[in-house]
Amino acid sequence: METTSRQFRQLSRHALEQATLQHSLDGVREIMPRIRAAALAERGDFDALCDRARDIRERTLRQLDSYLEAFERRVQAAGGTVHWAATGEEACRIVAQICRDAGAERLIKSKSMVTEEIELNAALERDGFTVTETDLGEYIIQLRGEKPSHILAPSLHVTLDEVAETFHQHHDIERSGPLTNATEMLAEARSIMRDKFLQADVGITGANFLVAETGAAVIVTNEGNADLTASLPDTHIVVTGIEKAVPTLDDVGVLLRVLARSAIGERLSNYTTFVHGPRRDGEASGPANYHVVLVDNGRSEMLGTEFQDMLRCIRCSACLNHCPVYTAIGGHAYGSVYSGPMGAVLTPAFAGLPAAAHLPNASTFCGRCEAVCPVRIPLPSLLRRWRQRELNARPVMDGQRFGLGLWRWLNHWPPAYSLAIRCAARVLRRLSVPGRGGQRWIRRLPLLGAAWTDCRDLPAPPGRTFQDEWRRRRS
Amino acid sequence: MSDTTTATNDSGARPRGRVALFVTCLVDLYRPEIGFAAVQLLERAGFVVEVPRQGCCGQPNFNSGDRAGAGKIASRVIDRFAPFDYVVAPSGSCAAMLRVHYPGLFSAGSEARRAAARLAEKTFELTSFLYDIAGLREVAAELDGVVTYHDGCSGLRELGVARQPRELLKSISGIELREMNQPDACCGFGGLFCMKYPEISERITGSKVRDILATDADYLVAGDLGCLLQMAGTLERNGHAVKAVHVAEVLAGMIGPDRSADH
Repeated sequence: METTSRQFRQLSRHALEQATLQHSLDGVREIMPRIRAAALAERGDFDALCDRARDIRERTLRQLDSYLEAFERRVQAAGGTVHWAATGEEACRIVAQICRDAGAERLIKSKSMVTEEIELNAALERDGFTVTETDLGEYIIQLRGEKPSHILAPSLHVTLDEVAETFHQHHDIERSGPLTNATEMLAEARSIMRDKFLQADVGITGANFLVAETGAAVIVTNEGNADLTASLPDTHIVVTGIEKAVPTLDDVGVLLRVLARSAIGERLSNYTTFVHGPRRDGEASGPANYHVVLVDNGRSEMLGTEFQDMLRCIRCSACLNHCPVYTAIGGHAYGSVYSGPMGAVLTPAFAGLPAAAHLPNASTFCGRCEAVCPVRIPLPSLLRRWRQRELNARPVMDGQRFGLGLWRWLNHWPPAYSLAIRCAARVLRRLSVPGRGGQRWIRRLPLLGAAWTDCRDLPAPPGRTFQDEWRRRRS
Repeated sequence: MSDTTTATNDSGARPRGRVALFVTCLVDLYRPEIGFAAVQLLERAGFVVEVPRQGCCGQPNFNSGDRAGAGKIASRVIDRFAPFDYVVAPSGSCAAMLRVHYPGLFSAGSEARRAAARLAEKTFELTSFLYDIAGLREVAAELDGVVTYHDGCSGLRELGVARQPRELLKSISGIELREMNQPDACCGFGGLFCMKYPEISERITGSKVRDILATDADYLVAGDLGCLLQMAGTLERNGHAVKAVHVAEVLAGMIGPDRSADH
């Protein structure tokens, strides 16, 4: 997976300077926790439901191979074909080959994070196909040549004015006149999309779940575009990750209940579609050819490791919406299509730790992500494990390793610790200046301390430590 | 445990147990008054308080991925604090380190793990100790003003500290507790995070400060000095008059117009 996560610092600084992005992120921070909380309050048993969801995902991962094989047999029995792709490149090659075999030129897609992960569009365009995203948000960022900044709302970073500008650039707007509001923009996108749907040779969708029991690919959307993508063209290709398997239909019921509430604060998304294969004899509609491409791309390497819990993820985005870091910098700063806490765990696994070393470090460990995760992924613990690997990979004379080693040593030698804290207390006191109400403040610190005082003042310590003062008072 | 409901039994009654105060390195260095406030509250609740020689809980090492270092520091803390009936810290974050994370630093089945688990069981954040263990329901303090309470992340999500400080604060005569929007949202401190990614930290604190100011509170109260330093420093830098104080100082009656918390 290609990332720009190495530039996390620059990217996050850039994001902090974008006023319109900051405005959108404020909206996420304010609104999403509220609507999720309201949706949960409606069900007294949400916690129990999450426990069940976690158990289902855990059980599935323990026997992932057999559930996937069961799923494959069902798909084959229904007349479809299952393809196994070890890597993203292989998945792209398989999809391109299916399209060539179908004699296709025009492809339509519904929103799928796995296809973003493997950069399917770029690969297909290199092979000469025309690809059109049909999810509105995905369509907007496709026109703009951008990556999603949120796993559910890919164009979160784009303002309404920018959408109008983008449509004016890429569409023949003379036909419909200038676009001034969201309704007009929606109508404009819809009018363009209609032809694309009708002309497409192949429809590509993702899948939220793969039901081993029935062979169904479950696709959840709010716009209904996946249904048209799956049913209008002659060929339907589902591209999804191997971890999406679920044992039974009952299990899917549990997962759907926690998914929509966690994602958008609704009982269900607008459209939940169960796709079972190609058009059957006597059926009037549906694709003649049906393929499922199961993408591994690093997932099986996480199985059986300390990161296996991450494979429980159902991509609801609650962890992004509740993350203080995500809602400060947005998704693009992560340099990966997966952002927020889930992205900070997944990206090092998919792109390698050296490329993504910032991501697990850029967390306050506030734990809100774990608290809202509907499948109870211990995200902070997983991030901490990445930090451990990252620290151990640093050279011995690395500054952070040295600092931590010194701290450990000081804490092992009480006299040295007392001396160090006493010195710090006095030095800090001397650096302070008087402020309001008799309180003293440090306005500026040199060297490492500047990381604090560049952004905020530091209350001055009184100069004598608690332990010294305690012993003085009690003696 | 006792069913005593007030803190007024400090007059010669039999001690209810020996509490070791884990004062935390931040309080030790930056705001000793919080330590004395905690001692006062614990003694008033009928406990004998001692302060073993101590340093850090090891959280900077643990959260930076230095498990071995954190384990070494933890061993030291466990040795020194094992002899007491209870370990109490005026910090949800440090208390959670001892209570939630220490046992996992040692290999399963080892004596060290068992010792860590024994320590974990008797370690508490200050307000939850006072409320849940000591059975305290009201404190003898006055504060004429509006306070808003920020939930420290570790205390809230790892130890379930939310109701205890609020109930005790509400028992103070003259006080009005006014909730801010999303009191459970991170303040942006995050330990070393605020030094590693200061701009992001500043942005997070900016949102927090907005929520604090919207309450029009006179005092911002929290149970963790790390959060307080972060928020106080940001309030001061931006010229806001809200005073950031520790819940122990408020409960001990150390805060008020004529009882400056300043040094």
